[in-house]
Amino acid sequence: MLAWTIYISFIGAAVLMLLPGDKPRLARRLGLLTALGGMIAGCLGVSQFSKGTPGRLDEIVNLPWIADLHIHYHLAVDGVSAVLVLLTGIAAVVGILFSWNIEHRAKEFFAMFLALIGGVYGVFLSFDLFLLFVFYEIAIIPKYFLIAIWGSTRREYGAMKLALYSFIGSAMVLIGLIAAYVVSGSHSFDLVELAKYPFPASFQNWAFPLVFIGFAILAGLWPFHTWAPTGHVAAPTAASMLLAGVVMKLGAYGAMRVAMILFPLGLQTWQNTIALLAVIGIVYGAMVALVQRDFKFVIGYSSVSHMGFVLLGLMTLTQVGISGAILQMFSHGIIAGLLFGVVGRMVYDRTHTRDLVQLQPMNLSKLLPFAAVTFVIGGAASMGLPGFSGFIAELQVVEGAWVAFPIFTVAAGLGIILGVAYTLRVMIKAFFLQNEPIHATDAAPHHFVPITLPERLGALVLLAATLVIGLYPRLLMDLIVPAVNSPLFSRMLKGGVS
Amino acid sequence: MHLEWLRLLAPETIVVVTALIVLMADLTLFRQKPITFRAAVAGMIATLGCLIAIFWLEELSVSQKLGMLSLSPLTQMIKQAILALTIFTALISFSAKFTRHIGEYFALLLVATVGLLFLISSENLLMIFVSLELLSLSLYAMVAFNKASLASSEAALKYFLFGGMAAAFTLYGISLIYGLTGSLELPEIATKLSAQTATPALFLALVMTLIGFAFKLAAAPFHLWAPDAYQGAPTQIASFIASGSKIGSFFVLARILAVGFPQNTGSAAFCSWTSGWAPILALLAVISMLLGNIVAIMQSSVKRLLAYSAIAHGGYALLAFFGTGTRAMSALMFYVITYAITVLGAFAVVAMVENGSNREQMRDFAGLSRRAPVLSACMAVFMLSLAGIPPLAGFFGKFYVFTVALSGPQNLGLLWLVIVAISASAISLYYYLQVLKQIYVADVPAHPAPLDTNVIARGAIVVLAAAVVLMGCLPGPTLEKLATAMAKSIF
Amino acid sequence: MNLLTILTLIPLIGGAAVLSLKADQKDLARRLGLAISLIALGMAAFLWFQFNPSPGTNGFAFEERADWLPSLGIEYRLGVDGLGLLMVCLSALLVPFSMLASWKIDQNPKLYFGLLLFLEAGLFGTFTALNFFHWFIFWELSLIPAFFLIKIWGGPNRTQAAYQFFVYTLVGSVAMLLSFLAINVATGINSPAHIFDFRALAELAGNHKLEPIIAKLGIFKNPSTTMTVLFAGVFLGFAVKVPLIPFHTWLPSAYSEAPTGTSMMLTGAMSKMGVYGFLRILLPIFPEQTRAMLTPLLWMAVATIVFSAAAAFAQKDLKRMVAYSSINHLGYCMLGIFATVQLTGSQMNGPLEKEAALNGVILQMFNHGLTAAALFYFVGLIEQRSGGLRGLNDFGGLRKPAPVFCGLMGITLFASLGLPGLNGFIGEFLIFKGAFSLAPGPAAVSTIGLLVTAIFLLTLLQKVFSGPLRSEWSGWRDLTAGERLTVVPMIALMFVLGLYPQLALGVINPTVVEMVKQMSF
Repeated sequence: MLAWTIYISFIGAAVLMLLPGDKPRLARRLGLLTALGGMIAGCLGVSQFSKGTPGRLDEIVNLPWIADLHIHYHLAVDGVSAVLVLLTGIAAVVGILFSWNIEHRAKEFFAMFLALIGGVYGVFLSFDLFLLFVFYEIAIIPKYFLIAIWGSTRREYGAMKLALYSFIGSAMVLIGLIAAYVVSGSHSFDLVELAKYPFPASFQNWAFPLVFIGFAILAGLWPFHTWAPTGHVAAPTAASMLLAGVVMKLGAYGAMRVAMILFPLGLQTWQNTIALLAVIGIVYGAMVALVQRDFKFVIGYSSVSHMGFVLLGLMTLTQVGISGAILQMFSHGIIAGLLFGVVGRMVYDRTHTRDLVQLQPMNLSKLLPFAAVTFVIGGAASMGLPGFSGFIAELQVVEGAWVAFPIFTVAAGLGIILGVAYTLRVMIKAFFLQNEPIHATDAAPHHFVPITLPERLGALVLLAATLVIGLYPRLLMDLIVPAVNSPLFSRMLKGGVS
Repeated sequence: MHLEWLRLLAPETIVVVTALIVLMADLTLFRQKPITFRAAVAGMIATLGCLIAIFWLEELSVSQKLGMLSLSPLTQMIKQAILALTIFTALISFSAKFTRHIGEYFALLLVATVGLLFLISSENLLMIFVSLELLSLSLYAMVAFNKASLASSEAALKYFLFGGMAAAFTLYGISLIYGLTGSLELPEIATKLSAQTATPALFLALVMTLIGFAFKLAAAPFHLWAPDAYQGAPTQIASFIASGSKIGSFFVLARILAVGFPQNTGSAAFCSWTSGWAPILALLAVISMLLGNIVAIMQSSVKRLLAYSAIAHGGYALLAFFGTGTRAMSALMFYVITYAITVLGAFAVVAMVENGSNREQMRDFAGLSRRAPVLSACMAVFMLSLAGIPPLAGFFGKFYVFTVALSGPQNLGLLWLVIVAISASAISLYYYLQVLKQIYVADVPAHPAPLDTNVIARGAIVVLAAAVVLMGCLPGPTLEKLATAMAKSIF
Repeated sequence: MNLLTILTLIPLIGGAAVLSLKADQKDLARRLGLAISLIALGMAAFLWFQFNPSPGTNGFAFEERADWLPSLGIEYRLGVDGLGLLMVCLSALLVPFSMLASWKIDQNPKLYFGLLLFLEAGLFGTFTALNFFHWFIFWELSLIPAFFLIKIWGGPNRTQAAYQFFVYTLVGSVAMLLSFLAINVATGINSPAHIFDFRALAELAGNHKLEPIIAKLGIFKNPSTTMTVLFAGVFLGFAVKVPLIPFHTWLPSAYSEAPTGTSMMLTGAMSKMGVYGFLRILLPIFPEQTRAMLTPLLWMAVATIVFSAAAAFAQKDLKRMVAYSSINHLGYCMLGIFATVQLTGSQMNGPLEKEAALNGVILQMFNHGLTAAALFYFVGLIEQRSGGLRGLNDFGGLRKPAPVFCGLMGITLFASLGLPGLNGFIGEFLIFKGAFSLAPGPAAVSTIGLLVTAIFLLTLLQKVFSGPLRSEWSGWRDLTAGERLTVVPMIALMFVLGLYPQLALGVINPTVVEMVKQMSF
């Protein structure tokens, strides 16, 4: 069932591509249908998965693909994959809802969008590293076009930067993968098999950072994050939602699934260094977000900061920290999607500016109350206020950090506080008047199209997701925790000793 | 006996005969007909001849020495590939507008193919040289085919001068080798060499030969003719130089080195170089990859861009030489064949866009996706495959080559080379995306030049694109075929 | 019966209901909001009368428990003892009061009333939760409505004030959160269960088992240093909320910029969250650390009392004055709390004094909530009638046109400065009774605060209501019937508690006895 998430998305993309003429209405409906199909397949698959013994690895399909190189078409699912598949499903559907107003070359837009989604599903479900890499790269190209064609501010620059960063990252990954494959005797690309191979420590010490950073570039690891803000800003709403919501997760997922699991010894060598980078990312991203004038840049940098928590959580090498990191991936995916939806779709598409200085006099809380309320709740979630998914995730990351790097917890705390500061700042600047008399603004000079039904639906889905997970984290934790306790991970935590 | 020989050499014979038929038919029967019709007829005949040759080869399953030639299932397979590429070159030449000498054009194309076929079969240095010259001479003439264009003539002259120089180098190398070993047969050379210690003269010979081939392969720093020749030559010819002739050159180089000089590999492992052909190739590879990719970034002409990318791809392909055994050969061949298909397709799209004019700058592609979505999609496939994006053939080819290079005897010692290669390939995405950016992102200009609408050429492009996708998604069958061919070969 | 859950859900659902009204249904929004808050009050009163903790529960009643996220020791756990119940009742009482005070708000009343109800839910949750995670949700949840209440309906500097209020409080909260996470993760090391439960943690601390657990984190060589750092984090969280000087800088601007109804909630109920935190969380879980830091803490309380009184004295703005006096009153609570931490050695520092002080503290919490809210109400009325003026020297002689106004506000002022017979007296008396014997030095210095408070409150009374009536205020309206109706119940309650404190003490005392028993170690 889960494999269908991939197929449905790609088939949808192909059908859209082949659609004659440019019929935006049909295209977006087909797109939505496909995304829904993918999401439903994902949900059904995950619900089937979660009924079995926790912590196991469910095979979906395992066929020889390129027999000569022992490459298999191997899809499987464990708790971590399941969580991220759910995230992808939600992000896909909401992304399409938030793109409902795309008229320009609509069918291509939705085709690219679905191709990206298909690639993402593929990465999350691949357990053959070659396959994983293939899907990982498939996701790069649609990203480029989504931004370059439908983007805004400096779209071609942002798109190219993103594409090159991703590609350089994947080049690093490729070097590491090929080296690992050759060193292990060219027998298999299977993750589970390779993870059992005891790579020599000297090899791991250079292969780990190579692969980890290669992936983590996409996760916004400082100082390789610079694609993120420009990319997010340039991207059309749905694409920035996907970028922040899902694509950055690809990076973190790859870093965890491949680099950390294959090279546990290298991981231990580099643990502190990468944790330091992650913490710098948390604080730096937040500080930069605090002084931005462009609404979207704030959210863009906040993504860097939040992804810092993911990486920090991974580096704690504790069960609780890693669980937190995975939950944070989900949570940030939802929340960032929500915020980008508000900024890009609800606000920018109507006001055509993201300059906070220009937005403030508009008093958007009056003109677009739904957007304001959504942003307030999304902002609260983004700050890590309890009751939302971000809190329970960051809480676990910090717990892990207490065990691994007590000093960094303080920095993480600082990051949370700065997060509150910049979120509040941007909330006030974007939606509320600055201390002007309350009644003087009733005659507003601006008239905007009211928030449409698809936008409302999309926002509500995301709000519901972050609230449900925030209040009842067990829904996902019951998937994540057993997965993190599974042999694959526990071997990693023990430095390669199973 | 002679009949048997004829049977074995029938494919080459068929192609030669086809060339003659094309020439004659065009000269006698269709002289007065419109050009497009003549091109169609000539192209049909050429296609037919090549098809027959392909099917003949399919029936022919032998491993046998034949005088100066050596046939094996592997050579047959490569030949089939070359014939197929010739067919595609013919197909995209259906709408050729650059010449009135249709018969001569197709005849030369077929003669060049014959040169290639012999090149593939030969295991004798002299035979190799002769077939190489047969190929080259035809190509020189074809490059100059667009008489209306100064650039075409200039390109031909350049190509000819460099080619002549290369031939001189090769010949000099061959003569030295002959002097050292008293033989021109590759297996014999190997046995002779294994008996004696390596002398500086041998290395001089090797270097000379390799330089000659480096010219042919357009490996940097011996690449200078390539950009001009690619750009000046009619696009269909450029595509053939970049595809068919590349396969032949790489195959024969591999054969020379693997069969003739297996003892003199040397090592290019990091910080522990030893003399042999490996370090020379490593050097060539590194310079080609870096120079090709970096200079390609600055190009505004798509054909020049493809030329520099061809230089870079030559560099990647050289990495396969560092592997050992059939796997290395299989990787090399897979890489070169897929590359040939891809680049042929890319040139074909360029040909459609320029449509007889010389307008093949990036900006001439602006907004192509709105004007010709299928063509654009095919171009996207080709470009992304060249950039090495999965699941296209280019990715798997590169991946395989790199894997093979690493699993060679030097083990991880060649990692540096792979790192250079992969980094260079990461750079390359930039300029391939530039092309795609024009096609997909840029707006359609106010008065775009008309596109070539020839259905057959378009069909050929679609087939090529489909092949790139298919060989990328499912490389298994091709690899298997290569493996079985190799297993049955004496090579 | 999940009474406490229902109690929390009433304002939560009610708030959502109010928010879902149409923008032009202003009156309906107000009425619905008030009705819901009255229902909540009724529910609180019902709990008050039903409150009868069975033995063996450490004085807790209405307990509820459900699994939430067992892997992290997160439980849904509710329960109230005397302290919690009193705070619940205080919150429930203040919300309708505050709503009535805000009746005239015309800008988006449904949002205002909705937010007030959410705030109430946050308060209920905070005062009833017994598991850190659960408690923290509500602790922070209460911030958001408060932020917007200030930001949208506040005075000229509202943005700055709201921002400051939120960020300051959050810094404290984050520090506290980090500390609790450290404890939680430490309890999970080599042990099957993480612990977030306040009482379980308190029990560990009481048995001196917490420090060895924290030692497993290995942050500092000396685990007691680690404990001190964690203590500092939690302390910061509560100290900002109360606030203790020098963590108070957010308060004056927040209180003075907030609309009247919100100031009432802020001072009446939200500041109690901090004191409640000290009593329920900090002292039980970090007894030794508190004791080790006792001298600075006591003097910090004294500084809070004295400096805030002095600052209030120096204010020319009525609202700021009342704000500082609010800090001052909470300072007494802190003094009482810290005094009880003193080790009981001699006969003189016996548990009786501690019980007295703690009884006083809790009573003072309730009283201050009542009185300060009423004071802000009156200041708000003054501001409203004067068209925004609220300087100390802007008025005079208002007694003549508005005798009832003056009388009732006078009563409130006297209650605030602790006149016997009114509610303020008995709380402060008990605190000082305990503090003088437990910590005589600080207690003695604190009396300066009492004195200064009396001075500035009387100055206020005199400057505003006595003296010559200024001509521009000759048309000053007395309290309207509605206003009287609003404030009279409060004032009545001041008298009732002043004359019959047993009403509250009866509920408080068993809890206090329980606490002191825990603290004697």
